[in-house]
Amino acid sequence: MTTPPTSGCTDTPVLRERGQREVFCGLTGIIWLHRKMQDAFFLVVGSRTCAHLLQSAAGVMIFAEPRFGTAILEEKDLAGMADANAELDREVARLLERRPDIRQLFLVGSCPSEVIKLDLSRAAERLSEIHAPRVRVLNYSGSGIETTFTEGEDACLAAMVPALPKTEARELLMVGALPDVVEDQALALLDQIGVGPVRCLPAKRAELDAAIGPNTRYALTQPFLGDTHAALQRRGAQRIAAPFPFGAEGTTLWLKAVAAEFGIGPDTVDAVVAAPRARAEKAIAAAAATLQGKRVFFMPDSQLEIPLARFLTRECGMQAIEISTPFLHAELHRPELELIAKGPTISEGQDVDLQLDRVRATRPDLTICGLGLANPLEAEGLATKWAIELVFTPVHFYEQAGDLAALFARPLRRREILRASHPNRMEAAE
Amino acid sequence: MKLAVWTYEGPPHVGAMRVATGMRDLHMVLHAPQGDTYADLLFTMIERRDHRPPVSYTTFQARDLGADTAGLFMTAARDAHARFDPQALLVAASCTAELIQDDPGGLAETMGLPVPVIPLELPSYQRKENFGADEAFLQLCRALARPMARTERVTCNILGPTALGFRHRDDLAEITGLLSEMGIEVNVAAPMGASPADIARMGAAHFNVLLYPETAESAARWLEREHDQPFTKTIPIGAHATRAFIEEVRALSGSTLAVDESRLRLPWWAASVDSTYLTGKRVFLFGDGTHVMAAAKVARDEMGFEVCGMGCYNREQARPMRALAKEFGLTALITDDYLDVEAAIEEAAPEMIMGTQMERHIGKRLGIPCAVISAPVHVQDFPARYSPQMGFEGANVLFDTWVHPLVMGLEEHLLVMFREDFEFHDAAGPSHHGSKAQPLPTEATAAHAAADEGGVTPPPAAPPSPDSIVWLGCAERELKKIPFFVRGKARRNTEKFAGEKGLREITVDTLYEAKAHYAR
Repeated sequence: MTTPPTSGCTDTPVLRERGQREVFCGLTGIIWLHRKMQDAFFLVVGSRTCAHLLQSAAGVMIFAEPRFGTAILEEKDLAGMADANAELDREVARLLERRPDIRQLFLVGSCPSEVIKLDLSRAAERLSEIHAPRVRVLNYSGSGIETTFTEGEDACLAAMVPALPKTEARELLMVGALPDVVEDQALALLDQIGVGPVRCLPAKRAELDAAIGPNTRYALTQPFLGDTHAALQRRGAQRIAAPFPFGAEGTTLWLKAVAAEFGIGPDTVDAVVAAPRARAEKAIAAAAATLQGKRVFFMPDSQLEIPLARFLTRECGMQAIEISTPFLHAELHRPELELIAKGPTISEGQDVDLQLDRVRATRPDLTICGLGLANPLEAEGLATKWAIELVFTPVHFYEQAGDLAALFARPLRRREILRASHPNRMEAAE
Repeated sequence: MKLAVWTYEGPPHVGAMRVATGMRDLHMVLHAPQGDTYADLLFTMIERRDHRPPVSYTTFQARDLGADTAGLFMTAARDAHARFDPQALLVAASCTAELIQDDPGGLAETMGLPVPVIPLELPSYQRKENFGADEAFLQLCRALARPMARTERVTCNILGPTALGFRHRDDLAEITGLLSEMGIEVNVAAPMGASPADIARMGAAHFNVLLYPETAESAARWLEREHDQPFTKTIPIGAHATRAFIEEVRALSGSTLAVDESRLRLPWWAASVDSTYLTGKRVFLFGDGTHVMAAAKVARDEMGFEVCGMGCYNREQARPMRALAKEFGLTALITDDYLDVEAAIEEAAPEMIMGTQMERHIGKRLGIPCAVISAPVHVQDFPARYSPQMGFEGANVLFDTWVHPLVMGLEEHLLVMFREDFEFHDAAGPSHHGSKAQPLPTEATAAHAAADEGGVTPPPAAPPSPDSIVWLGCAERELKKIPFFVRGKARRNTEKFAGEKGLREITVDTLYEAKAHYAR
């Protein structure tokens, strides 16, 4: 791994804000997790709001029999007129009867279930005993009082770690839910480099679950997996520190760090990745023509903000004004911050009205924000990119690096095409 | 505890947000954890609003629970007032804040804010979105509407349109235009477009026009009681109902001006011979009570459809819905469980569903076309073009949108005549919808599949036949030759016929005897 010339943004003081946050809660991760784990069902124990969120966040309803649902708490559950545990057992039994293909059931805690202190870990233990060996029941919290958006995936994976079998084998564990096509590409690259055996967390099906132990080396593919990282360390596994595999540079640095851990030198990696890396650089260059010199403002959303700002500033020629993240995990993000040139404000948390004041004051060329803010900012004449698309699109590793750059370039290109007819309603900014 | 996969209505605070977001110069402070802000995107994305909903969320976290969530609420309320300078403030709690019992209304009262503060009680674990909208609007009226002299000329208020409503934007324009033609000015239309100051002067109107009982019936009744304003009971959806609405408004206002019907095309479009094929099309209706009840009458009396099932997801409308269904010789389906709705539709095997976005997906799964007539809304329910449901233009829109999902008349005949053409078969769907025709499976694959199925049992996608009745292979094959849009009905009628005749096996003859029996 090349030594960065400076310490980058690692010394930049972090602006910490708290106030109204315009972010999703951790339940939202279910939207992609239930597709990734094909034998899992996610049962949220919560309110009508939770059910409505999942439906709305999915945007288009996925009617191909979703593998998630909400056990909606009712007045009688809260008033103690019904035994919530008995009710939960009954709903789970009905669900598993209707879906015999389910092998893993996640009981997902929500704000209301946390506030009334419904003990889902004991419920999971009890239900595991009832439904073993066919179904494994785990629990985690995706509540908004504890988790922000992608932290739901972190909580889910962290809950899976203690249940994984033990091994002494020296294996690589690739951690983070990736789209199938991306995962396959990563596995193929690692195979060509000579790293193996490689396991994935989460696996597509329960029987493919990795075993872990003190000789496990793991590399995170997503920057929001702090609790999973801690859980893996508790099992004795060791992390391979690296920037995250976004863009040609990030992917190369990630692969080299992994290879080095397995005793393979950078030259071998360079030889294997020469062709895909050149393709990635060419594809990025096409989008970078639009992005070059433009100023970008990241509002907090998914914790992908810091790695993506590194990609946009180093590979696409953009200038970052503010890079905001819901939570900054100093250890995991250090390799990224080292690579980002000093200059941008680094902020954690949010007070949305104050942050919008900064957006309006600096008038960035592109603002990365949530769906609730995008159209209002566009109406003020500010180009936006919805952050959620960065989580719902294959963006990791070489073959997707061009797509990743294009996601940021498209809103700018579109504005240019529509320039003559864009309403550009400046009066809304007043 | 009740397992829900999809919901027809959001929680009550989302209903209150629909009222607040539709209005001007009003702000709402919602005591809620982070994540509840998802509701903003309903308005900015689905409805493409160019402003954030006027809602501040207190955003409490787990670590605040033992500490000072009440303090967070007061800070949020003070900041919201200072920043947005509203004429009035709504305060409410979402489902989680309801549990921690901070009493936002009481807290806000102690703060001495210089504007009216209107607390809302929204029982999240009992009630739903429509209740939240209806309650928020009622409390706004109670807190703000003042007794005052009537306007000199006859005016009315229009009650009910909110943000994120099904075609509320265009219905409001259409009905405002209709009233204007009758010489009646709109005093205040609310909640959509009104400010708290407008609500204050609602008492000046002579009567109220209630467009959506779901969101404004409580306010209409309160205004009738407290301000002596009668309100209209007819929902002007369809040509007949629009005329009845005009009569009702004439009786309330004394207006005698003629209303121009030259733009109304539905009656002739339905009467023209091209529409003959619509006769007796079996339709299943599901949605909110108001839209379903109105649509059922239009479907039967103005389109010539046969209504084979109807129901609503909002219990508040269960009573009138049951009464109307009875008049149609049906039993109303009152449920908010979409699996129940799906089962009822499968059982009724209609030729078209008239429902919500949820039924559109049910239709997709069952291979039944669907026209959307009601909320819950989807981005497609906010068309760029003018597309009301109400008034005479609304009637024209109903004709177009209800006919569009169907296979057209002559195409239907050709499909019946040449049902096994490898390119032009019924599974390809209506030709004006642009989906790609999949080649039919060859005879060999079909036979193989039939063998796998044991020859006589229906394929798994088909509704299960009554246990005692068996379809013989030949009858099953004959059934498959019937176009998809009537196959479900044919299967159901045949089984019913066989059951009535005490038959245990269905042959090709049984199929055709049933056809003759049910011929219309």
